[in-house]
Amino acid sequence: MSRWDAIVIGAGPAGIGGASLLAERGARVLLVDETPGPGGQIWRGIETVPESRAAILGPDYRAGAAEVARLRASGATLAFSTEAWRVEPDGTVWLRDAGGLRREAARHLLVATGAMERPVPLPGWTLPGVTTIGGLQILLKREGLLPRGPLALVGTGPLVYLYAAQCLTAGKRDLVLVDTARPGAMLAALPHLPRALLGHGPAYLAKGAGLLWQLRRAGIAVHTNARQIGIEPDGDGGLVLRFLGRGRHRLRLSRIGLHEGVIPETHLLRSLGCRMLWSAAAVAFHPARDRDLCSSLGHVHVAGDAGGVGGAMVALLEGRIAAMAILERLGHQVDPLLVSATRRARRAHLAARPLIERLYRPAPELLTPPDEVVACRCEEVRCGEIRASLAAGAAGPNQLKAFLRCGMGPCQGRICGPTLAQLTARIRGVTMEEAGWLTVRPPLRPVSVGEIAALASEEP
Amino acid sequence: MPFIRLDPPTPEAGPELFFEGRPLRFRPGETVAGALMAAGVTAFRETPVSGAARGPWCLMGACFDCLVSIDGQDNQRACMVAARAGMKVRRQIGARRDAAGAGK
Repeated sequence: MSRWDAIVIGAGPAGIGGASLLAERGARVLLVDETPGPGGQIWRGIETVPESRAAILGPDYRAGAAEVARLRASGATLAFSTEAWRVEPDGTVWLRDAGGLRREAARHLLVATGAMERPVPLPGWTLPGVTTIGGLQILLKREGLLPRGPLALVGTGPLVYLYAAQCLTAGKRDLVLVDTARPGAMLAALPHLPRALLGHGPAYLAKGAGLLWQLRRAGIAVHTNARQIGIEPDGDGGLVLRFLGRGRHRLRLSRIGLHEGVIPETHLLRSLGCRMLWSAAAVAFHPARDRDLCSSLGHVHVAGDAGGVGGAMVALLEGRIAAMAILERLGHQVDPLLVSATRRARRAHLAARPLIERLYRPAPELLTPPDEVVACRCEEVRCGEIRASLAAGAAGPNQLKAFLRCGMGPCQGRICGPTLAQLTARIRGVTMEEAGWLTVRPPLRPVSVGEIAALASEEP
Repeated sequence: MPFIRLDPPTPEAGPELFFEGRPLRFRPGETVAGALMAAGVTAFRETPVSGAARGPWCLMGACFDCLVSIDGQDNQRACMVAARAGMKVRRQIGARRDAAGAGK
């Protein structure tokens, strides 16, 4: 077991920004990620992507190449295909790779676990052929796979339009958009417009407008204000999508993508016991952080979407801000002008965020679905059972787990957790913070007893 | 419905894995999930509770809905495991079994 100055968990933009800077300044850094290479979801496959595919994915994707090259040159120790399955507040990190289990220790932890897509529990969301839109985009980035046959993209958020535009660029035309944003969203977002015109805000708005224009020019069908969405098998290997928009619709499709925005991936942070806060604007829990992006635990910094969704550039800059704070604590000299310039740049990239959050806020009924909808995909617990259990006195997500097994399957509540908290707040009439979140206990990834026994026999 | 492989397309010759005994050609760099989806496989497993068919949902390792059995090892996330030549992939039916074949 060696002792590192810092272990960085997650090799997306935040982890790349943090690990590069730490290593360049002479700190002993270990960067771990469970995927085979650097980039996170946003720059997935950036080191292996053929030029033709990078052209489809666009300039924001290509921007990752320079940052990954900087990481490779930084001297940071990189461990890919390596899972952090247990992390302790004192800086002990238990890893698993092809060689088995091992333990590392660090003076500081930088958690950069990124975001995940908000679960979209609606009738039929568990059917094969229904995935997240982010998942479809990962298949395009990582593997160059484009769905064949009629595809519906259902939901709201920038990723819906980005992926639709990427499909068009790749030559896919049999595409329909089913927008779940409410008609009032534009008006409600208007008060955030002035701030969105500051800093880098206009660049983000221009990007969004460009995507919408590309879809309109291509004549892609867009259904707006879609409600009462349900998916069924068509009996012939395909899917039927029903919804109420301007009239009732019934579409036959070969594949459906769902997306209602992204939320911080806080699984590891909750296992550490970091204090969590609820953001009504982002409709998500995120860890409490100070100016230096330090969590409620002194040795644990959090950078990037794991701390609150801000996108790739914010994540990269937050990685650097956290790295500078860690360097100071390690006794390195850090130029205060560089710190303040990096903070300013981060704020400039966040200018349009409140507008985007309001514009693409998920409709309330998607957060507390009808009784027949499966909330916990692993244990197949339905919203009706959860409502009944809450009405009978279950206090919150952790008691629901004990009573109904929801959150006890292999995903450990990553998918049903948000729904459990929303239903608790709604039924019991409490705030989201009072409703709370599923407590997380290691292992964070399934580890067999045999593997742990092998580790124990090696260590005296 | 299968996926279209963009540049490069599926090679005429190249590595193969076996899904339920059937050979499937893949491109180096693909995950097991990618290789199966490209071949038109949608159902990867049957749930232990109701026996419902499931396929990948998140494709980033969070949801554990793409669990398959690989070379006799159950509970492998198809979206996180790189496809290798000769690999034997099977649908995971019901609860996982450990190496000795016992249920969980």
